[in-house]
Formats: sequence, C-alpha cells, structure tokens
Amino acid sequence: MPDTLQTPAGHVRLGSNSGQPMTRRDGIAKVTGTATYAADNRPDRLAHAVFASAGIARGRVVSLNVEAAKSHPEVIEVITPDNRPALHLDPDGKSHPFSWRIEALQDNTVRYAGQPIALVVAETLEAATEGARLLAPEYDTDPARIGFENGEAYDPPAVGIGGNPSFSKGDFDTGFSNSEHRIGASVDTPAQYHNAMEPHAIVAEWSGDHLTIDTPNQAIHLARGAFAGYFGIPPENVTLRSPFIGGGFGSKAILVGPQILAIMAARMVDRPVKLVLRRDQMFGPVQHRGATRQKLRIGTDGNGLIKALEHEATASTSSFDDFIEGAGNASLNMYASPAIVARHSAVRVDTGTPGPMRAPGEASGSAALEIAIDKAAEAVGMDPLEFRLRNYAETDPASGKPFSAKSLRECYELAAQKFGWSDRPLAPGQMRDENGMLVGWGMGSALFPAPMFAAQARATLRRDGTALVETSGADMGQGAWTALAQIAADGVGLPVDRIEFMSGTTDQPDAGVAGGSGHTASAGGALFEAGSNAVQKLADLATADPESPLFGAGNTGVEAREGRLFRADDESRSESYADILERAGLERIDAMGSGGRDPANTEARAMFSHGAVFAEVKIDPDLFQIRVSRLIGAFAAGRIINPHLAKSQLTGGMIWGIGFALHEEGIHDLRSGRPLNADLAGYHVPVNADAPHVEALLVDEDDPYVNALGIKGVGEIGITGSVGAIANAVWHATGKRISSYPIHIDALLS
Amino acid sequence: MTLSISLSVNGESLNVPLEDTRTTLLDLLREHIGLTGTKKGCDRGQCGACTVLLDGKRINACLTLAASVDGTDVTTIEGLAQGDTLHPVQAAFIEHDGFQCGYCTTGQIMSAVGLLSEGDAGADPERIREGMSGNICRCAAYPGITAAVLDAERRQSESEGTSV
Amino acid sequence: MNRFDYIRPGSVAEAVAAASEPGAAYLAGGTNLLDLMKIGVAAPDKVIDITRLPGLDRIDWLEDASVRIGAMVRNAELARNTAFSAAFPAISEALLSGASPQLRNAATVGGNLMQETRCAYFQDPLSRCNRRAPGSGCDALEGHNRSHAVLGWTPSCIATHPSDFCVPLAALGAIVEIEGPDGSREIDLAALHELPGSESAGGIALKHGEMITALRLPAEATSFAGHSRYLKLRERTSFAFALVSAAAMLSMEQGTITEARIALGAVAARPWHATDAETFLKGKKAEAEVFAEAAGIALKEASPSGDNAFKITLATRVLTRALTLAAKGTPDRVPALPASVFMSSEGATANA
Ligand SMILES: Cc1cc2nc3c(=O)[nH]c(=O)nc-3n(C[C@H](O)[C@H](O)[C@H](O)COP(=O)(O)OP(=O)(O)OC[C@H]3O[C@@H](n4cnc5c(N)ncnc54)[C@H](O)[C@@H]3O)c2cc1C
Ligand code: SF4
Ligand code: FES
Ligand code: FES
Repeated sequence: MPDTLQTPAGHVRLGSNSGQPMTRRDGIAKVTGTATYAADNRPDRLAHAVFASAGIARGRVVSLNVEAAKSHPEVIEVITPDNRPALHLDPDGKSHPFSWRIEALQDNTVRYAGQPIALVVAETLEAATEGARLLAPEYDTDPARIGFENGEAYDPPAVGIGGNPSFSKGDFDTGFSNSEHRIGASVDTPAQYHNAMEPHAIVAEWSGDHLTIDTPNQAIHLARGAFAGYFGIPPENVTLRSPFIGGGFGSKAILVGPQILAIMAARMVDRPVKLVLRRDQMFGPVQHRGATRQKLRIGTDGNGLIKALEHEATASTSSFDDFIEGAGNASLNMYASPAIVARHSAVRVDTGTPGPMRAPGEASGSAALEIAIDKAAEAVGMDPLEFRLRNYAETDPASGKPFSAKSLRECYELAAQKFGWSDRPLAPGQMRDENGMLVGWGMGSALFPAPMFAAQARATLRRDGTALVETSGADMGQGAWTALAQIAADGVGLPVDRIEFMSGTTDQPDAGVAGGSGHTASAGGALFEAGSNAVQKLADLATADPESPLFGAGNTGVEAREGRLFRADDESRSESYADILERAGLERIDAMGSGGRDPANTEARAMFSHGAVFAEVKIDPDLFQIRVSRLIGAFAAGRIINPHLAKSQLTGGMIWGIGFALHEEGIHDLRSGRPLNADLAGYHVPVNADAPHVEALLVDEDDPYVNALGIKGVGEIGITGSVGAIANAVWHATGKRISSYPIHIDALLS
Repeated sequence: MTLSISLSVNGESLNVPLEDTRTTLLDLLREHIGLTGTKKGCDRGQCGACTVLLDGKRINACLTLAASVDGTDVTTIEGLAQGDTLHPVQAAFIEHDGFQCGYCTTGQIMSAVGLLSEGDAGADPERIREGMSGNICRCAAYPGITAAVLDAERRQSESEGTSV
Repeated sequence: MNRFDYIRPGSVAEAVAAASEPGAAYLAGGTNLLDLMKIGVAAPDKVIDITRLPGLDRIDWLEDASVRIGAMVRNAELARNTAFSAAFPAISEALLSGASPQLRNAATVGGNLMQETRCAYFQDPLSRCNRRAPGSGCDALEGHNRSHAVLGWTPSCIATHPSDFCVPLAALGAIVEIEGPDGSREIDLAALHELPGSESAGGIALKHGEMITALRLPAEATSFAGHSRYLKLRERTSFAFALVSAAAMLSMEQGTITEARIALGAVAARPWHATDAETFLKGKKAEAEVFAEAAGIALKEASPSGDNAFKITLATRVLTRALTLAAKGTPDRVPALPASVFMSSEGATANA
C-alpha cells in the first residue's frame, strides 16, 4: 500500500467529537427510505437492461434467438458479441493489480455458468427480462471442471492482491519431528458469495463524451479511471456517484462486466440505461470467496509451547484469472513459533473469478488455524485459553518485528471474564442445559492487518461558522459518514453539527479504497489533516493581523476549539473563525490534506487489530441442529472513533462468522457446473433468530505508530476468531472435530 | 393486456394504468409510482427487503402482482413518518443502530411495524427474533434490530397503557 | 416471465370456467406461482386470481364438530385463529414454522397444499426433470440430492413435498374439497400428492381447471389437542425449509395411548402418513422405547435415494422426539421458535 504522509510516532490529539457514540448521520435518510441507492435512480427516458446468463460452465455459444427477443414487445435492442461496440481496453487485460478480467461480450466463449452472454435493452424491466429468456442460447459444451478433484492445479505467483504465496521461517521438519505432541488438521471451506443485500446495479447515461454513472462503488476514483479506460475517455469525463452502498464486503471494490455492458448499452441506444442484477446473477460475474482445502500441522513440547507450525492451503480460482484466498498466511502473525511454514497452491475451476470477500484469506485461514490450535491444546491437555496465552506472540512471529500495539491479552481477559470461561470443563461433552441440549464452549483469536491507502480530502472553513469537508469515501454501512465527519470536525475544530460532510462522488477528492478495513484510518487521516491545514491558514491570518486578539501569538501558540482560535498561553484571548474571515474579507478558506502512514513505521512495526471470541453452542443431542447461543468478543483496534458504530461492525462480522461456520455454501452441480442454490432460500446466511446473543466489547488501545490518528479497522476482524470459536464449541459439546465448513447436521450425526 | 388499477398508497388514492400484467407491486412502487424506499433484494420472497403493509398486513411486494392489489390500501416506508416526526420504530432503529448499509432497513422497519400490530411477540426478544426472521440483513445488524423492536414495543405498550 | 392475461372472476363457477382453458393457472397468494413464473418453471398465459372469490376465506365449525377451512384463508390467519389453534395446535405450530411472517400473511391454505417441490433441478429449467418435463429424466438422481426423498421414491423422481402445514393435516385425515369442470368432488389429502411411479414422476392429483375450495378436518381430529406437536429440523434457526419434520398427535388415558396420528415431512413426495406406526402405538404405554419402535416402523420402508441415508436416521429420531414431546402435552402457547428443537426461549438473552 502506498504511504503518503510523513508523521512522527505518537499521534495527534483529537477533539471532543471523536470517541463519541453518535448515531448515524445518514440515519434519517435510511429509516425513511430517502437514501438513494443506485437502482433508485430514474432519469427521464430510462431504459432497462437485463443480461442473459450462460447456462453452461464451459464451451461456446453457438446460437442466440435474437429475433425472438427483438420481437417481444417493448424490447429496444439486443447486444451480443456480434454487434457490441468495440472497447478501448481489452476486457481480458489487467491494467492494474486491482482489475479483474471481465466479460463484456468479447466473444462467444463461455467460461462459467452465469456469465453474461448477451444484453437485452427494453422500455420496461419486464420486457427486458423476458427478452433475455427468449434468446434461448444453444451451446457447444465442454465438460465442466468443478471442485478440487476436477480442476487444473498450479502454483500461484501470488495470493490475495500481491500477497506472498509461501513463507518459511526456522526448521519446520526438525521442530515438528522433535515435538512431544503432534497434531494435524484438515479443513475445507466452500465457495461463499458476498450477497450484499443490494444487488450490483448501475444507471449509466452519456451526454456526448461525458458519462454519468450511479453505481455502488468502494473505490470511486479508481473506478472512474477504469471506466474511462474502457471507453477511451479522460477520467474527468466520468462522473461517478455512489452516495449509498447497500453492502459491499469487497464485491463492489472492483469493476465488473455487467457495469461495462450497461454503459455500452446506454451509448448504443442513446438513452440512460439501468441494469440491476437479479439475485441469481450475484453467483457469477461479481466475485466470491474461493473454496479452500487446508492442512495444518502443529508440534508442541510437553509444556504446550509450539515448536513448529505449518499451514498449507489450496484455493480455487477461475480458469482465466487469479485470485487466491491466502488462507495459509493467517498463521503468520498470530502465535509464536520458532518454525512457521505457509504454502499455497491453486486449482482452476469453471466458475467466475473469486475476489476479496470480507476478511479475504484471514477468514478462511483463521477458521482452520483456530481448530488446529484447539486440537493442539487438547493434545497437551491444556485449557484452550491457557494454551493461546502460553503461545502469545510478543513480537510478530513472521517478521520478528515489534507490534505497533497489541492488546490481545486484555481482549482474552475481558471477553473470557464476560463469558464466564473459567467455569469450562476441559473435556468435551460435559455440559447440558436445562432442556437437555448439549452445550459447548469454544474460543478463537482474531487478527486483522491495518492497511492504509492513499487518500485525499479538502476542508473549507466558511464565514458562517460552518465547514465543508469533502472526500470521495464510501459508506457501505461501516458508518464512514458519521465517523469521518467526527474526525473532520476535530480537524477543523468545530462541533460535528456544524460540519457539512460531502462524500460518495467523484466530485470530491480521492478517498482511496473503502476496503481492507482501512477506510476510516486513510480517509480520516486525510480529513483531519485537511482540517488542520485549513485551521493553520486561518491562524496564519489571525496571528499576522494586528487587529486580532491573537496577533503575534505565533502559529504554535494557538488552539482551535468550538469554532474559535485561542492563544495557548492566554485562554482569554480568542477569536471566532467567522470574525477572522470577515476581517480578512474572505468568504472561505480551504486546504487539502492526505492520509497515510510514516514509511519508517511501516518498515519497523507489524500492525494488526486483535481480538478474542468466545462461543457457546447448543446442540440437540440426537438431532444435532446447532445454535450459537452466545458469541462474545473483545477487540483492540487502536483508537475507536465511534464505539456505537464500531460495535455494530464487530457484531456484524461475528454474525458473518456464524454464517461461515454453520450456513454459507455455494453448491454447484458437478456435471453442468451450474450453481444449485443461487438464491437466498438455498444459499443460507444467518437470520435474526440465528443471533440471539452477540456482543462485542472494546479494549482501549493506544497505537502510536499505526497512523497519525491511531486508528485501526473493525470491519472484518469480527469474522476471524468467531468461525473457529464456533467449531471448537461444537467439539466441546459433542467431541467431534469437524473437517469442513459449514458444519452440517449429518457431519455430527455420523 | 392493459388494466387500470386504483389503490391507496400511504393514504393517497391513485389510479394507475397497468400496461403490463407482469408488473409486481414492488416494481409498481419503485419504477412506476417512484416510491423507491421499498427495496428489491431477491425478488423471490426470500429476503424481506420489499416488505410493505397491504391492508395493514406485512407482505413481500415482490411476490404480489400489481394487478391483484386493485382496491387495496398499501403502506410503504414513505408513509410511516408524520412529517418530520419519525414513527417510533424508525426512531428506535436509529437509536439502537438497527442497520448499517441501510438497504434492508426499510423492509425491516415495515416488518417490525407489522409485527407490532400482530401483537404476538410482546416483549419477548426470542419471539421478536423469530418474528423478524423473514428479513435478512447481510450486515447482520440483528442485535440492534431486536433491541429497536423491543424498545418500540415497550414505548407502544406504555402509550397504550396511558391511554386506557 | 411471458406475457399473460390477468383475470379476476366473480364466482367459483366463473373461475373454473376460465381456468379450464389451456394455459390457465390459478393465482392465490402467489408466493409459489409467481416465484415459479420468475424462474421460468411456470408459464401460464392466463392467470386467474381467486383470492377475492366470495366465501372462500372463512373458517366454519360445522354441526358435526368438524371444521371447514376456505381455500383462501391465509396461512397466518389460520394459525392465529384462537379456536382453530386450540383444537389443532400442531397445525398452528406447523404453519408458524413455515416460510416467513410476510409469506404466511400472503400464502393461502389452497396454495400451500398445491406448492411445488423445492428440488433444485426442478427449479432449473435447463436441468432434466421428469416432474417438470415428463420423460426428460431426473438430474437429481446422480446429482446433489442430500435433502431428497427416502420414502416412496422411484428413479423417476426423488423429490420431496416441502409443506409443513400438510404434515399434521395428512396425519389427521384432512379432506380436500374440489370444484372442477366436471363438478365437485372431495379427496383425502393423502391422495392429493401422487407418489412417483415407474414411469410417472408423480405430482398433484388435480385435473386441469380443478380448484381446491376448502379443506375439512373431521370432528375426531380435535381429540388430540392435548398431545399435539410438530417438530421441524432445519439448517438455519428460522426461515428455512425442513430437512425432516414430524407431526405427532396422541390421545392418551393414564399414560396409555388410545389413538395416535403421525406423519413425516420432507421425506417423500407427499406428507408421509405413518399408519402402521399409528396402529402399533394404539394401546401402548407412552414411553421412550415404544416411541423409538414406532419411529422405526414408520421408517421401515425407507431407503436412500442418493447421498441422504442420514435422513433416515434423522427422520427416525425426529419422529421419536415428536412423540415424546406430544406425550408430554401441548404447551399453552406455540413456542417462541415454533417447531424448533430450540423451542425454549430460556437461556437466550436479549442483547439490548
Ligand atoms: C422463501 C420461501 C420460503 C418458504 N418456506 C416454506 C416453509 O418453510 N414451509 C412451507 O410449508 N412452505 C414454505 N414456502 C412455501 C409457501 O408456503 C407457499 O409458497 C405457499 O403456501 C403457497 O400459497 P399461495 O397461496 O401463495 O399459492 P400460489 O403461489 O398462489 O399458488 C401455488 C400453486 O397452487 C395453485 N393454486 C393456488 N390456489 C389453488 C386452489 N385453491 N386450487 C387449485 N390450485 C391452486 C396455483 O395455480 C399454483 O400452481 C416458502 C416459500 C418461499 C417463497
Ligand atoms: S427429483 Fe423429481 S423434481 Fe427433482 S429433478 Fe428429479 S424428477 Fe425433477
Ligand atoms: S425482494 Fe421481496 S423478499 Fe426479497
Ligand atoms: S443494514 Fe445492510 S443489509 Fe441490513
């Protein structure tokens, strides 16, 4: 990640807005239905587009009944590889590491079931939908390759985005063979689909060479450049609006084929075009989490000290592009061990290309690692918490670097105490509730890196005593609008209700990527700096103005608070922003700021958020239906800007962990390669009744190195730890170690 | 086949020409009447994002043909607040952080309003969780949703109590 | 979805006349029909909206103490009807364990009986499916069939009927009243869902144009009210179809079973009325071994249709448990999580 800002260690003092549990700034818009998501836009002369999805997983489209589609009433245009306009960039090219190969009707090849193979544009959604069906494609079909056994194996050059596919430290073989206790664990995770509640959507409109698009996007400026590239126009000709995102979880960070198709169609029919994916179309061209097959080996000495740790992961990707779930790397930074090996291999299958999905790599890897750790504790005969404490990493196990801050011990303690862990019997199968249900307690450690992205912001102090702060950030539910406004308010020294916060379009300075749980830190840093810079300009004006009570104070001698500048040495001498601007005859004063991290700190420290999750499951002793009756986690993630929203992020992640452990599973027919549960009745995610008691506790943490504001992310870490904690609780209830997720009834029955 | 239907939406009587019998109540609201607060998450009754009240009962607008709501009374999220005053369920959702991305939220709120008027759940959190399980929230704001519905229920029963 | 005409007839006779034309389909709550139309499995060119037909939305208690439920009564309304749920608590519990509150508000009694299987291959028009396209084959047979039938299946079709409501109905001997082009008739619910044969895939035993107008429960069915349970095993705590389910209803005298009504759900193409097990239970003591034996009898003929042998074990245990629960007595109120193994809300705390 590029680092942009040079700041010394030790972070800035934030004002009174940060740290407050404010409710969401966009709350009223969201509860009244006035928040506008992309598909809510209805420009005049709007046409609707629906793409036809490939019904085979590999082969070629040999015919499409374009006539039938075209003769359906209200159908305007049918776009196929035969008549689609040329693109300026090759859809099979990769212009930068954050671009995926996409399907934009480049030819008649089918690479996975669900791939767009034609687009129908019509006056109404109903007509476009039926038009797409009437195309009744015929295929030349090659056998589908689905599953680890059937795909083509290869050694991936990288995992995740640019991640290392293999790591080795120390001598694993010797460490393992000399270990007193040796355990192995095999864990499979299935393909999982993001399934944000808002399906991918786009409304595209051309006006000459200028393109306006409404589409949910987690990286607005990056996307602007990418869209412009495909259509051969300068980036400034693209206006992208993404004020509200109905959930992204990684799937809306990267440009996808259907968006290009809609823009193409808008140009062809010379009308605004809306394309909204059907739920079943969310299981093809818009990424997923690739399946993994993981093998771990852990050796410990007689006292439970880990001597060797090995984590091998095979992950599936598509036949034509690479995104490898870097599961094995989850073992690099969690537990101390003199010897650590992580290794990845990959298998090509006939599905869409996977992509980053909430805690990519970390979630799947942690789900397996925490089972293996639990098995190791069991082999030693030690309490799982004690075992984890015994192997507590005081420095980063992979690099040996010190942590910028690590408060995992406090997390263990707080969550364990709240949970009542000390009452846990060591052996499995010991606990029952008043209704005779098996009860099990398990735990897992949570870990997530603290990346930063380049980000810019602008702050404008206005004569009416308010400020406008702008950055192109994305609020997909993390509460960015709220937390960023709080930070910005502190930057400009104003109460948050005097801040106008503008975000979510290309009109604002580039806020970078809302991903990797790094958005608040990155965009927040930029906003704070922009605010400070604007205040600095104002201070320069005042201290140089003989008529100001601050005259001669010198820049370092003033403090900004509640819309006034105060002399640091004499609180009685102050002046409001408005007065300073008025006297200077200025309507406003503005400044830019950028977020980032001191590269020296990046070099010297390992930076992570940490957490501990404790799970209680209840399981029917004969029927084996499972319910997570309690899930309690404690997390340390640097400075928390808004505890109210941070807890929601964390519990949301933990409940995602419930889905990972018990529900989520993309199933494909091995013969046809078509998904068999491409809907929300078949692809289960947790419902309200699955989360009776989920609680996130926050551990205060002062991280002086991670960035100027001391902020780390909370958006993804909640999944890590939770999945393994549930699996371990299932073992504690039943004595059965599971070898694949999700944990099905039949796995416990056998 | 062209039909014309009349219905009341949020208390307003409307006459809507229906050129296409295939149009669902959800698409009628969103694409024809312009009430986009009701969301489409699955279009197949599997997520609850499209929940509206039809003659006072919560239903999935995506599995309801527009033609079949002729003569009915539809309440959508846009009809809940009284001017600037939020409905107690809406206010409770903000206070208890019963949402994140907000996409499922209007459906959750309409479902909660339906649940409270059904009156089966009372102040039992487990009954509320069960009664709200037709509304999927991928952000998993469930703890906040349950707390919000409980709170709204409490406020509702208190105000009913005082009016007796 | 293809274009279609929408017709709202004023009487049953008009409706039957309209529906008798080729390509016509009845529309009730629409929660299944519209869904199937959207995925291209159903393609009627005339949709006959029967939700407003007069007289079909009533629950009538007849003089012989039997009850007649109009086909347009909504699932939620029936489940909540105080007199009905007092008389048939297992039916209410089954209804409330199905689908979601929103769907139950729309879904009708008739539509629930008529709903199609959830077999993924049935729902995928590109797959071979004898039930959807007779004679095309059955892709489930060698496919993903973990949740398919273990009773009454043939290689023609291994699908299950997904309804919860129908399970206690089948056990209690419900009768279906039908109006059709050839007049009225009535059949046992058990006969409404045909099992697959050596050639045929089975399906609904109604002739084109026939309409269910009502459902009747015999007077003697109320005699189980004190010992009635429905238990539904699923892979999500709520809003999920059954993996297997069972309805168990007993009448007991001093710990002895005088009469039993049992059916299993999601194990066959019809709600599985286990008459042999009922006969076995008659006169037996209500105790664990007896229930287990009865469950064994109910599943005696079961065999896996694929990767689903575990369902036989599960079904046996679910039925045993349902009988055990029924023997304990009907709870005063439908549990917070209806028909769930986690029916007690104790231990689950509010998260406020
Ligand atoms: C997401 C989802 C989850 C569900 N979960 C469950 C579950 O857990 N348990 C469960 O039991 N069910 C479940 N269902 C199914 C639901 O119960 C049925 O869709 C519903 O009962 C159908 O009733 P309806 O009135 O909407 O029927 P419609 O959709 O209107 O009709 C269904 C079929 O019956 C025909 N028909 C309707 N009425 C009559 C009549 N009177 N005479 C003759 N033919 C008629 C129609 O032509 C159509 O073919 C679920 C459905 C969905 C969408
Ligand atoms: S099991 Fe029955 S419904 Fe499923 S594919 Fe086979 S024939 Fe069709
Ligand atoms: S959109 Fe109607 S239930 Fe999902
Ligand atoms: S708030 Fe995002 S789906 Fe519910």
